[in-house]
Amino acid sequence: MTWPSATLLAQSVLSGVFVGALYGLLGLGLSLSWGLLRLINLAHFAFAFLAAYLCYQMATMGMDALATLLVIVPLFFAIGAALHWAMARFSITPFNSLLLTFGLTGIIEALIQSIWTADFRKLESAYGEHRFKVAGLFVPLPELITLLLAVGLSFAVWAVLRYTDLGRALRASAEDPAVAAAFGINQRRNALLLAGTCSALAGVAGVCLALGFTLAPSQIYAWIGVVFAAVMLGGLGRALAPLAAGVVIGVSEAVTMAVTAPSWAPLVSFTLLIAILLFRPGRAA
Amino acid sequence: MNTTVRAEPVEALPAGPGLRQTQPERWSGQWRTAAAIVAVAVALAFVPMLGLPAFYDSLLYLILHWIVLATSWNILSGYTGYFSFGHGAFFGAGLYTSATLMARLDWPFLATLPMAALVACVLGLGVGAIVFRVKGIRGEVFALLTLAVTFVLGTVIVNTPIDGGNGVSLAAVAVPRIGPTASSTFYLLALAAAALTLLVAWAISVTKLGAGLFAIHDDEDAAEVMGVPTYRYKLIALAISCALAGLAGGIHALFLNYVTVGEVFTITVPLTVVLMSVLGGSRHWAGPAIGAVAITLLLYSFTAANHAVAGKAMVGVVLIAAILFMPEGVLPRLQRLLMRRGRAPAVVPVATVEPSRGAEPAAGQGDVLLRATRLAKSFRGVQALAGVDVEVRRGEILGLLGPNGSGKSTFINVVSGHYVPSGGSIVFEGQELAGREAHRIARAGIARTYQIPRPFGGQSVLDNVALAALFGGGLGSPAAARREAMTWLAFAGLQDKAHARPDELNLHQRKFLELARALASRPRLVLLDEVLCGLTPAEIDAAVALVRRIRDQGATVVFVEHVMRAVMALTDRVVVFDHGELLAEGSPAEVMQRPEVMFAYLGQAHASERSDA
Repeated sequence: MTWPSATLLAQSVLSGVFVGALYGLLGLGLSLSWGLLRLINLAHFAFAFLAAYLCYQMATMGMDALATLLVIVPLFFAIGAALHWAMARFSITPFNSLLLTFGLTGIIEALIQSIWTADFRKLESAYGEHRFKVAGLFVPLPELITLLLAVGLSFAVWAVLRYTDLGRALRASAEDPAVAAAFGINQRRNALLLAGTCSALAGVAGVCLALGFTLAPSQIYAWIGVVFAAVMLGGLGRALAPLAAGVVIGVSEAVTMAVTAPSWAPLVSFTLLIAILLFRPGRAA
Repeated sequence: MNTTVRAEPVEALPAGPGLRQTQPERWSGQWRTAAAIVAVAVALAFVPMLGLPAFYDSLLYLILHWIVLATSWNILSGYTGYFSFGHGAFFGAGLYTSATLMARLDWPFLATLPMAALVACVLGLGVGAIVFRVKGIRGEVFALLTLAVTFVLGTVIVNTPIDGGNGVSLAAVAVPRIGPTASSTFYLLALAAAALTLLVAWAISVTKLGAGLFAIHDDEDAAEVMGVPTYRYKLIALAISCALAGLAGGIHALFLNYVTVGEVFTITVPLTVVLMSVLGGSRHWAGPAIGAVAITLLLYSFTAANHAVAGKAMVGVVLIAAILFMPEGVLPRLQRLLMRRGRAPAVVPVATVEPSRGAEPAAGQGDVLLRATRLAKSFRGVQALAGVDVEVRRGEILGLLGPNGSGKSTFINVVSGHYVPSGGSIVFEGQELAGREAHRIARAGIARTYQIPRPFGGQSVLDNVALAALFGGGLGSPAAARREAMTWLAFAGLQDKAHARPDELNLHQRKFLELARALASRPRLVLLDEVLCGLTPAEIDAAVALVRRIRDQGATVVFVEHVMRAVMALTDRVVVFDHGELLAEGSPAEVMQRPEVMFAYLGQAHASERSDA
């Protein structure tokens, strides 16, 4: 293996930051739901892909790709809240939530496949054609939008959790539900709100997916491992951590790809995940 | 529920002959299952003679293939509750071992199968040796760790000459002529593997290993304290599970004829086996097989009718329905239905005589049984035990007193091996116990109870007690342990509840179950942690009488308690802890009069009031 030129390396780091931002955006909702609701929502990835396909569909029908967010965000908020209502109704354990949402993932995958087929789909939007050069590096517009959305939403969630009564209530409920309830926190409403928000975040991530990536139903599973790695590297229930961890993983993957071969990239994220789980198992508590 | 109307199966029989009569009966009942598995396998071996079209062979092969994978997964994950998502890695390790040996080294196919099992087994042992050492690793973390191992292994294989990125073609490898056709050969091999796997899974579930694994599932800490070597048992279960998955992989390599990393090291294998086991019932050896048959046929029927996509959705629907409405699986549901039709559980005879251990208690009465010297335990700087010296004399009831937070429970936790002491020594019958694993301490002859009872929720009251006899008591077979357990249930007055679940007991009965469990290993030293806490006065009287009988049949008792009436009535000697240090020691009546003890308990003002009176 040979070290690539400085420009190529810088370009790799930049693309690592961009893909890492998407890891972070996907991880944000997952981390909040796992950390604050104690539900591991595997269907988060299926929701993101469903949103991506909806975005693709609406954009090919003439809508602006970003304007589809106006439809997608409320729709997925409702889906997420409904799913949480059902899981709370049957008082699902964290582990069973993993299995149940895996079943849901299979159903959504089949739904996507039957509507849009298993072929690859790529959204041809006006955004995809714009790319500009900064200091000798290419900056594609869709990826830049993803980065801005990821940073903006992560900080927004962080501010809500930290500075508002709702955020304090959510954190208190996660720490000790019984005591939080005794202090008059309406947990059911808060949990529905949070679950809806997590799914809405999956919807936003889906639009970013549609802008920057080629879609196929089987791709749902390709994101699970690496995003879980980002979530656990960052720690559960924290708003800024998935983004930071996602960027770390994205950059290390991109550099690995540039230095060795693209096929080695998964080794980085999963070795990282194994190391975290072994040395800091408390992170997943 | 029907607990109150159920006919009581337990009869009081005299000890001797009744026991011997039932033993062969139980064994024949057990062997019947093994014989049935073998008989079905032999009968199915004649299927290729029927001359069915080849695609039936392949369908049957796939069913058997998934039976092996799901059942082998269940040996670790179903029995112990550590859900592995890495079954694809172990399956894939076997598959690539076999493929590499055939394609690159020209090994004959059948010779590669033991190697496939061995490589997968060694990989599993390596992963387990690291992962199971992580203290307090929880289900979700274990699942993700094993999933990550799958992707790491897949990445390594695809990037090295093992695969090279293009996959391995086995088109040139000859299929051995075991059956009349190639497809029937695969069918027969998978049939043999499935029969072997089911026999192994069944055998584990009825032996000591299985009893230990089920206990780990319910409460790993309590299992360790009862003498189950939890680390070793988890490793053994993982090794067996991986070897069988590797065998399935080895067979599957040639069946596929062309193997690629993308199809093997995926999340599909683990999730499919999880689905099959959860659907069928993961606590039963046959549950995953039932799930495997159902799911494979379901998927096949949709694929055959060109509705593969609908099949995928259908599997999702089945999984969701199973988790919502049958979280224990189909098989336990069916079993319970059959039970309700009046099939009483197996009768276990009970000896009503008081258990005794002969001349042992008389010998060495009064000498030191356990000596703790400068025993210390601190938690991140908080000194829970600040170097205490305690002697426990053979045959006595020693009261361990002190206000809340004085270190009494820590003392019990350190002596029983639940915590590793930060300093000092514990010598029990001449053996140094400090720093030993809890299950070794249990085997050495020390048993404990928990203040809040921690029964194994998934097992009957009888099996709860039998587990302690099996591991702490070192008995060889579950049947012998059940007989031993029955005498201790009778001792604690719980013989009528032998076949009940622990959650059907009230608090008083659960406390007595804790006692029976502690006694069933025939310990020389019993540590009782607030057994009277939460009981009514009448129940306390019964418990006090029971503790006295425990001592009378030969055990030495350390008794942590707040109920003064019981302390005064029972103890020969008391030691008082305060702030992790030894405050006083002596006869109960004398020690409780000392001003420093009253002060520690009641505070200054009340203490002076009491000494005035």
